[in-house]
Amino acid sequence: MARALSPRRKLISTLAAWTVALIIFFPVLWMILTSFKTEPSAVAMPPQLFTADWTLENYAEVWARSDYPRFFWNSVVISVGSTLLGLVIAIPAAWAMAFVPGKKTKDLLMWMLSTKMMPAVAVMIPLYLLFQRLGLIDTKFGLVIALMLMNLPIIIWMLYTYFKEIPGEILEASRMDGATLWGEIIYVLTPMALPGIASTMLLNIILAWNEAFWTIVLTTTKAAPLSAFIASFSAPQGLFYAKLSAASAMAILPILILGWFSQKQLVRGLTFGAVK
Amino acid sequence: MSTQSSRLAARAMVAPSVVLLLIWMIVPLAMTLYYSFRLYRLLSPDRTGWVGFNNYLWFINSPDFWLALFNTLALVGGVLIITVVLGILIALLIDQPVKGQGFLRILVIAPFFVMPPVAASIWENLFLHPQNGLFSAVARSFGAQPILFLENYPMLSVIGIVSWEWLPFATLILLTALQSLSSEQLEAAEMDGASAFSRFRYIILPHMTRAITVVILIQTIFLLGIFGEIFTTTQGGPGSASTTLPYMIFKQAIAAKDIGRAAAGGIIAVILANIVAYFLMRGLGRNLEN
Amino acid sequence: MTKTLRALLGATALATLAGVASAETTITVATVNNGDMVRMQGLMDDFNAKHPDIKVEWVTLEENVLRQNVTTDIATGGGQYDVITIGTYEVPIWGKQGWLESLNDLPAEYDVDDLLPAIRGGLTVDGNLYAAPFYGESSMVMYRKDLMEAAGLTMPDAPTWADIEKAAAAMTDKSKEQYGICLRGKAGWGENMAFLTAMSNSFGARWFDEKWVPQFDQPEWKATLDTYLKLMNEYGPPGASNNGFNENLTLFQQGKCGMWIDATVAASFVTGKDSTVADKVGFALAPDNGLGKRGNWLWAWSLAVPSSSDAKDAAKVFIDWATNKDYLALVASKEGWANVPPGTRTSLYSNEEYAKVPFAKMTIDSINSADPNAPTVKPVPYVGVQFVAIPEFQGLGTTVGEIFSAALAGQKTADEALAEAQAAVTDEMKAAGYIQ
Repeated sequence: MARALSPRRKLISTLAAWTVALIIFFPVLWMILTSFKTEPSAVAMPPQLFTADWTLENYAEVWARSDYPRFFWNSVVISVGSTLLGLVIAIPAAWAMAFVPGKKTKDLLMWMLSTKMMPAVAVMIPLYLLFQRLGLIDTKFGLVIALMLMNLPIIIWMLYTYFKEIPGEILEASRMDGATLWGEIIYVLTPMALPGIASTMLLNIILAWNEAFWTIVLTTTKAAPLSAFIASFSAPQGLFYAKLSAASAMAILPILILGWFSQKQLVRGLTFGAVK
Repeated sequence: MSTQSSRLAARAMVAPSVVLLLIWMIVPLAMTLYYSFRLYRLLSPDRTGWVGFNNYLWFINSPDFWLALFNTLALVGGVLIITVVLGILIALLIDQPVKGQGFLRILVIAPFFVMPPVAASIWENLFLHPQNGLFSAVARSFGAQPILFLENYPMLSVIGIVSWEWLPFATLILLTALQSLSSEQLEAAEMDGASAFSRFRYIILPHMTRAITVVILIQTIFLLGIFGEIFTTTQGGPGSASTTLPYMIFKQAIAAKDIGRAAAGGIIAVILANIVAYFLMRGLGRNLEN
Repeated sequence: MTKTLRALLGATALATLAGVASAETTITVATVNNGDMVRMQGLMDDFNAKHPDIKVEWVTLEENVLRQNVTTDIATGGGQYDVITIGTYEVPIWGKQGWLESLNDLPAEYDVDDLLPAIRGGLTVDGNLYAAPFYGESSMVMYRKDLMEAAGLTMPDAPTWADIEKAAAAMTDKSKEQYGICLRGKAGWGENMAFLTAMSNSFGARWFDEKWVPQFDQPEWKATLDTYLKLMNEYGPPGASNNGFNENLTLFQQGKCGMWIDATVAASFVTGKDSTVADKVGFALAPDNGLGKRGNWLWAWSLAVPSSSDAKDAAKVFIDWATNKDYLALVASKEGWANVPPGTRTSLYSNEEYAKVPFAKMTIDSINSADPNAPTVKPVPYVGVQFVAIPEFQGLGTTVGEIFSAALAGQKTADEALAEAQAAVTDEMKAAGYIQ
């Protein structure tokens, strides 16, 4: 609904929008600024927005103290892997529900969402035992499976709503041309739903990247992602805010960059069927 | 357009998801149900046995239970109200053709990229802390006493932190809805002399109903299970002032290592979640119909 | 190249590979992210040089997360870890369960008799040493010498609670954000309850009588809680119900606390480079009340081998390296004596160099004055100074900690809090079968 505005209103809107955006962003900015301070000046009173003795020491120490590349790589594998696997399973399901809806399709969708309602802590020991028996503790594969299943309902829901927006006539036409079911999906539907698939993928990578309960419970060393990396810098003895900020910045930077480049896509695609 | 064969094919395509999710739901649920009737404490493995409904009774008779129930609903409700209202306002604001729109949006989405434990830790230590927090510095610079957020307003503080985390999600979805609104309709209304408020009330808001419904639905599911932010900031306290049902379960599972009770709490939480979902669907379900 | 030669070469290559494979053992070491442990990771070159055949994988986590992961693993027999870092609370319980490997067969040079008796006693069950102490700690009073002097007071080496209150009153100047005393208020069995349980010992209070009947309805607990609340409400920082070890450490380092009664390991932080008051800190024993017991605790972060480990020998080699005398000397040579992990060995405290460290004497005196087997004035059925070494204590301590934290926040009176604590603990002890 973007419309032309008078210069004066545009200025006011710009100022207001920037103010609000900066307020929302401020905690993140503050964290990043803190990561360049020494520990004592991180808690100095009154707080300094910019400190005179800014330093890269925190980053150097965080880098030296733990194997960041390994945590990073595990995060990438787990979040991307679980999302891709989820898409492979969800695309056909969402397609079928969108184009061959039955009476129970809506209920089925709600049921899928309801599988996310069990509080994680309540199933911690049961799931841990299950993973242990299956030999999946501290494996990337195990986490990929767990996070995929956790986010599958969201993936299906998002895809379903995109697919529903694709007009049925296009399908009729392709069927006339003798396309098979799979053909329909691959050659007709997928290109049309690509923006939707892309934003589904992005959202789920973010959700998986930020998951900080199961990724810590189910890993030790080999599969531990950045959430475990963060947990090794939070609340030790002594001052730690600057180092924790540096570690946090290193953990969120990759996903922030991804978000940066895909911001348009994310904004356009995140409809959840919210738009008719 | 569906024929017999396409129906069959559709079933086959839905089947993997359904089967996987069914296993993912049934197996932990069955195990949790089983443990909820058992005495099972991790640190006393020799004392086990069936205890009937004792674990459930413990939960329901616990002095914290009803408060925790209330706090859970307050957390979900509070965060929903804040994120939806602010989300609409922010979406309206950044939908306008302002300078640096792309950069602006990334700033607004940024909290979504911060891991929840980090977000909670930042808020607790760098903002809400009574001596070293930024807020207390601001209060002092005006000559006021710093507000003891986590001691006197623990639940509000937690709601505030969680709202900050989820605001970007709500804003994004609402923004997308807003962008699909045709500007002709609004311009026509403006020509007819409709005030800004009535344009919002009668054109923009109805158009966003579906988006708001989606925000509420998805967020509720995530918010019902939140405990990490509470653990990092208030530990459910002071006392049990900010204890929610998931946090109560967390305490039984992690501190007391009482898996039986944690399981019973989990089953209670699932029942609660389903009640909430039922009312949500009754209240909002028709918004999702086409 | 002839066939034979090629075969020979192949065989040699295989043999070499096999040799490498069998010689290289990987062990997973789980540890908390406290300063002394992080320092150990920085000194791994020494271990690698001495034991090239053992590869160490670290799992470094924040204390709460580590405890959660390690407990889950060991209670379910997971075998993910070969060396775990646990405290004096866990060792007796886990040792009794058979979850830990006995360390009685450490080499003679390890000199097990050199370990401080109080610490060693806490890690031994039925004559088996189940964990090797990495560092030990008690608690003591840390105070600002300059503020005491300005107030015209001197801190006795062994103060009473009355001395503490007088000093707290004299050093408090809330207009300057200067608080006479900082104590733990954050709920948790290892946070406020560690402090309050140790404090209660000096008032003659106990968690349970000889028959496991909870004692929160007794006057000794009332006296403890009243004194604590009075000190904190009148002379403590606002918002203290959320202050744990770390929060108080920060406040003290910033010069906002006149006194702080907490872990002896904090001494190296308050006199260290991040502290604004490094040269103004004095130390004294934890206070008493003239009843013969002081309010100090005893804790040791220790290294143990889970029975489920499949590399027990390598794990023991590592534990030997990390806790023997050579390690202390290694840290001293690289980082200075003040940074040596304290509180584990008698020999360290007879070392002349170490005696120059300002807090060395007060640390050892504090450790020696705590007795896990007779923590308080009256007899008790349990072991542990600031905890009760039974599996139920984590849950109990957390529950009572929350109640007392609420009292500190002003939501409950001391009487209400004690009545609630008594009721909650009685219920749990009945459910756990200790009492009828």
